[in-house]
Amino acid sequence: MFSSRDEILAAVERNQPSFTELPDITAFKGDSNKSVDRFTEILSAIGGKVIPVKSIDEIRNHVAKNMQQGGRNITTVPLLGDIMEHVYRKDSNPHSLQDVDNAVIEAHFGVAENGAVWVTEEILMLRVLPFICQHLAVIVNANDIVPTMHEAYERIGNTNYDFGTFIAGPSKTADIEQSLVLGAHGPRSMTIFLMS
Amino acid sequence: MKDHAELAEIFNKDEQRVDWHDETLWWIRAKRDIAVHKLPEWEELREAASQIKVNVLSNLSQYLKQFEKNAQANGIVVHWAKDAGEHNRIVHLLLKEQGIDKMVKSKSMLTEECHLNEYLKAQGINVIDSDLGERIVQLAEEMPSHIVLPCIHKKKEEIGELFHQHLGTPAGNADPQFLTETARQHLRDTFLTRRAALTGVNFAIAETGEFVVCTNEGNADMGAHLSDIHIASMGIEKLIPERKHLGIFLRLLTRSATGQPITTYSSHFKKPREGQQMHIILVDNGRSVQLGREDFRNSLKCIRCGACMNTCPVYRRSGGHSYHYAISGPIGSILAPNLDMEKYADLPFASTLCGSCSNVCPVKIDIHDQLYKWRQVLVQKGYSPKTKTASMKAMAWVLESPGRYRAAGKAARVTMKLAPFAVNNKLNPWYKHRDMPAVPKQSFNEWYQTNRKDKI
Amino acid sequence: MKVGLFIPCYVDQFYPNAAIATLQLLEKLGVEVGYPLNQTCCGQPMANSGYEHLAGGCNELFADNFRDFDYIVCPSGSCTLHIKHHLHTKDEAEAAQIRHRVYELTEFLTDILKVEKLEASFPHKVGLHQSCHGQRGLHTSQMTELVAEDFSKPRKLLNMVKGLEIMPLSRPDECCGFGGTFCVAEEAVSSKMGEDRVADHLEHGVEYITAGDLSCLMHMEGILHRQGSKVGVIHIAEILNANGN
Repeated sequence: MFSSRDEILAAVERNQPSFTELPDITAFKGDSNKSVDRFTEILSAIGGKVIPVKSIDEIRNHVAKNMQQGGRNITTVPLLGDIMEHVYRKDSNPHSLQDVDNAVIEAHFGVAENGAVWVTEEILMLRVLPFICQHLAVIVNANDIVPTMHEAYERIGNTNYDFGTFIAGPSKTADIEQSLVLGAHGPRSMTIFLMS
Repeated sequence: MKDHAELAEIFNKDEQRVDWHDETLWWIRAKRDIAVHKLPEWEELREAASQIKVNVLSNLSQYLKQFEKNAQANGIVVHWAKDAGEHNRIVHLLLKEQGIDKMVKSKSMLTEECHLNEYLKAQGINVIDSDLGERIVQLAEEMPSHIVLPCIHKKKEEIGELFHQHLGTPAGNADPQFLTETARQHLRDTFLTRRAALTGVNFAIAETGEFVVCTNEGNADMGAHLSDIHIASMGIEKLIPERKHLGIFLRLLTRSATGQPITTYSSHFKKPREGQQMHIILVDNGRSVQLGREDFRNSLKCIRCGACMNTCPVYRRSGGHSYHYAISGPIGSILAPNLDMEKYADLPFASTLCGSCSNVCPVKIDIHDQLYKWRQVLVQKGYSPKTKTASMKAMAWVLESPGRYRAAGKAARVTMKLAPFAVNNKLNPWYKHRDMPAVPKQSFNEWYQTNRKDKI
Repeated sequence: MKVGLFIPCYVDQFYPNAAIATLQLLEKLGVEVGYPLNQTCCGQPMANSGYEHLAGGCNELFADNFRDFDYIVCPSGSCTLHIKHHLHTKDEAEAAQIRHRVYELTEFLTDILKVEKLEASFPHKVGLHQSCHGQRGLHTSQMTELVAEDFSKPRKLLNMVKGLEIMPLSRPDECCGFGGTFCVAEEAVSSKMGEDRVADHLEHGVEYITAGDLSCLMHMEGILHRQGSKVGVIHIAEILNANGN
């Protein structure tokens, strides 16, 4: 008896056309000029907010000022661990984050052409973290803004992450008559601390 | 069962609604235009994406094996389903093994194609769709009318009424902000209480054994990261060779779909979370057959952006449900006949062959040419009304003979002149909204013979 | 240069003036034009309905009529496209030659005759309908879907006509909904598409709608007439051949 696997593979093999080479895509490159300006412009256009900062202390001040009093505020950034609840274990129950109001994390890099930042499980600790919080803030270095997705994947290369995601702005939907609403299931706002 | 033309006629009974539907989708097409015109390399990106997909189809069996091996090494359990039934049974079995009777699902057109929800419901499993648009059509007990915008056919007042009935919102409140907030609260509870989550797959990477799911709402991630078991369903054509190819596809996908530069979330699932089970179901359901149809295999390049629907002047004025298939619009019309020629014989005719679909397609599928070719196949296979075949034979018999053609032309003109009621009546569908052209004194041929005697 | 004039069946029967204008325009430009009397139809009505296999007789007839010409010119993008893509005969080499030599009128004027000026005058506000098969099939104009340089062969020619003003449209290249047998098989959508297309022209104050295809114009004329509109349709050949009011 043949398994479905074998049957599918046999049918595909029988029916696939003769081999065609992959195209060379090395020529696709973005313009690295003004990447930071473009990143800021585009993230703002998709509902995010960019705050340029020069030091972790500046971030600390922002966070302290905007943190919800009495709310649950968490971070995966050790340097902010003194003012927020520090999440540093990967093995906690993701449901434990259901009441988080604010979360501050770091990103590996940002992408100018679409305002996205790349984060992986090592940064997040808990995968659900940037989705389940009400408000998300991400620290990214201004030197770490790449022009396009081509440079983004060049940078990711063969990194061995377990989970990674590009996040571009707050969660949103326009399913009701194309009216844009921020805060669908994930964060209602996304702030980027752009560190120079 | 009603065909596309009949369903479209019903849709057109409410002209204001048609105008609203048309304008809404045209607005999305316009947003797409603005986004793509910002990239001077847009056409090169489309060409590269097309070539990558052509390569995938030419080497699919290898890529499938490579993906399986890498995914398994990552700790993902790989399943294979020949058809919709097998896919649904696999999902059910996985849930049964864990004693789970409630599941949350993010958008997956494949599960629509497989009618998974109906199947699981019959097995006593409760499924809640978490994409807002999908949740709305689920509450309305309808199919999605668009692959990216499932409830684009619904007005906010109708959604307000649905929420009033099912979620207890105040009657008459149709504010999108308010309704979305209600759905957020309702579905947050769902995410937190479901042990199983099913998602679709936008891209799966042979090289790394990971898969990518794109959403704006974050619903796929909320479901997957809070669940004990994550099941991802994908058509076997969703593979791409290498991770770097995502650079091409993620640039194209959302700009084509909604005009956004990228979806809010593009999540790369490589390994299950600690303590979590991750399963992927590779589904054929006719794809290997389509792969063998030389004229139609390129339809498998589709990345489900929905741009062909937004630009299609027929889709915009007939609504997604008129296509009576899970995937509507031009792309649905070239995919559906592969599964059932008899049932979907009308769909390739639901087009003027204007060609706009092929132009917006980010992977350059020759959609309108395939519509033309499906028409030929469907007629050859006998899925055409006998009366139409008879009239086509008569037409060909007249047109292939200059004598018969001239006689028929003259007869038609004389009839229209002397007995206009013969064409200007209810039996002539043209006449319902359009007048017939005025009848000239003579044909050009007759004019030529009178006025260019020297040339004959 | 010997040019064979290919006049589609419905133009021959219902719009002889467009055919006459095409002939006179080509003659005015010094072209030797022949018109084979035994021509009928390109076979598209059958083929687009899925009956390409019944178009064999039309194909052979087409080859018989046009094999001796250097160029075949047709005042219809749709019929031209059909021949270009689907003409197959017993002599495939010859059919390929014919497919290669067939031109839609405006592309023949701009690309082969390289017309740079015309002695034509048409002092009216005109809406240009980009017929899909000419535009997207033969690339007579750039398409709004593509990221590519703008051009339009019919617009270039219309701009040579004295007094003519081309009115902009909200949707410059949306289909009119004619679509061959689509116009009756999908009557509801077809009519609605036609009405919407006409409305765009009317909103922009046109006096005439012109196009390279009379099938689209016939469709829109039927709607305009039903609405009691004074706006007329006119084939582009008639404008390019016009010398007066």
